[in-house]
Amino acid sequence: MTEGSVGDLPPIPTIGPVSRRVPPGGARRDWQAGEVVGVRDETARARTLRLWLPTGHPHVPGQHYVVRVADDEGIRMQRSYSVASAPEPVPLGSSSRSSSQGTHVELTVDRLDDGFVSPILHDDVRVGDSLEVRGPFGGWFIWHGDTPALLVGGGSGVVPLMSMVRNWRNRGSDVPLALVVSVRSPGDLFYSDEYGPESTIVYTRSAPAGWPRPPAHLDAATLAPLVERLAPAGAVAYVCGSAGFAEAASQLVVEVGMPAVSVRVERFGPSG
Amino acid sequence: MPPTSFRRLFGGAERDPRLPPGQYDAGNTFPVLTAEVSPRLQARDWTLRVDGLVETARTWTWDEIHKLPPSTYNGDIHCVTTWSKLGTSFGGVSVDGLFAAVGVRPEATHVLAWSVTGYTTNLPIEHVTGGRAWIVWEHEGKPLPPEHGGPVRMLVPHLYFWKSAKWIGGIRLLDHDEPGFWEQRGYHMLGDPWLEQRYDGD
Repeated sequence: MTEGSVGDLPPIPTIGPVSRRVPPGGARRDWQAGEVVGVRDETARARTLRLWLPTGHPHVPGQHYVVRVADDEGIRMQRSYSVASAPEPVPLGSSSRSSSQGTHVELTVDRLDDGFVSPILHDDVRVGDSLEVRGPFGGWFIWHGDTPALLVGGGSGVVPLMSMVRNWRNRGSDVPLALVVSVRSPGDLFYSDEYGPESTIVYTRSAPAGWPRPPAHLDAATLAPLVERLAPAGAVAYVCGSAGFAEAASQLVVEVGMPAVSVRVERFGPSG
Repeated sequence: MPPTSFRRLFGGAERDPRLPPGQYDAGNTFPVLTAEVSPRLQARDWTLRVDGLVETARTWTWDEIHKLPPSTYNGDIHCVTTWSKLGTSFGGVSVDGLFAAVGVRPEATHVLAWSVTGYTTNLPIEHVTGGRAWIVWEHEGKPLPPEHGGPVRMLVPHLYFWKSAKWIGGIRLLDHDEPGFWEQRGYHMLGDPWLEQRYDGD
């Protein structure tokens, strides 16, 4: 068969609309010096760095920054870390979110002992240090807050989801949202005082005393009622965690009725 | 404010010259990074369509594509998330062979490779011809696993790995560059790891 013209071709399948909006100040994101203005331990292995960015492009919940560190020989390593904080509100009197006003962001960093970057961010970085950062990046695993959302995170996969939840709370939003967080044990739970009625915590190895559900992997029974409520409302599911968790959890949400085209997955690599 | 120095050494003297700037050696691991739910696709249901600016559009089945001359890639792959896998291998067929079978029209300048999931990625035609791109179903002598794009994926190893579309369903030849899934969402249009073309405008 000879094609008459490209216009006669069958449509190429697509996933989702393009939800990225071209950022103010253009698409190019340059490196800038971020000042460490706060440090907080979330768990024994996770630490949140609060940064002041003089060129503050506002982020969309779900986006990440790239952090770059150099060693004494000038060898540079860079890693991506999701933003945990909600976007800062626009100051009163500001007509638009300009790219020059500066902003704070919080990045939560999981420690990987044999990594290059995360041990520095855990062991060496102090308040007052300056870090090279670039961002925010990400145009798929982002939530503008205007569609119902099912958020499913494993371990450190909760970080971009917490940015979404914090933003949803700050805005007093009535958009339906549910958060499921899976962790091994209570000591592995990030942001442990921030979970409200919208949240379900799943413990896989050990649960707090009196916890109603015995420790077990995330299962269909936990997800099914949430999907039943949210899928008919047109929800998008955001699944984030290690490759193994993301694969298993994304298959599960589809099994219990979420259309695969409505599932966005962020697989955290082992880069440290 | 200059970046703080942390008195560390990353072992630059032993750095493998096969590693592009900003990449690290993932060793024996093969990390999985995908934006969507992995489809459960059987080889017997899989087809590959090459269409667009060609003389004769064609669809190959699993059995049909196996009758083409086999072609292997031995070398390195580089993911934009900074891991590289050195000295690995993939087996399948060369994109050149598919293009010879359909006859590329002279006005074709770019391709859009698409997955059955709806994932897409764009490439200039000279980056998928001349022995630089493959359609593969084997990794290191074994069937390509689903999470790595099996049964069949594209392989364009000289560019960042998001250009190597998993679960490949087709290649469309175009007379213009049309941004794919990640290219519409902040990533670079070409993605050369040696030039660190990671994001828009790099």
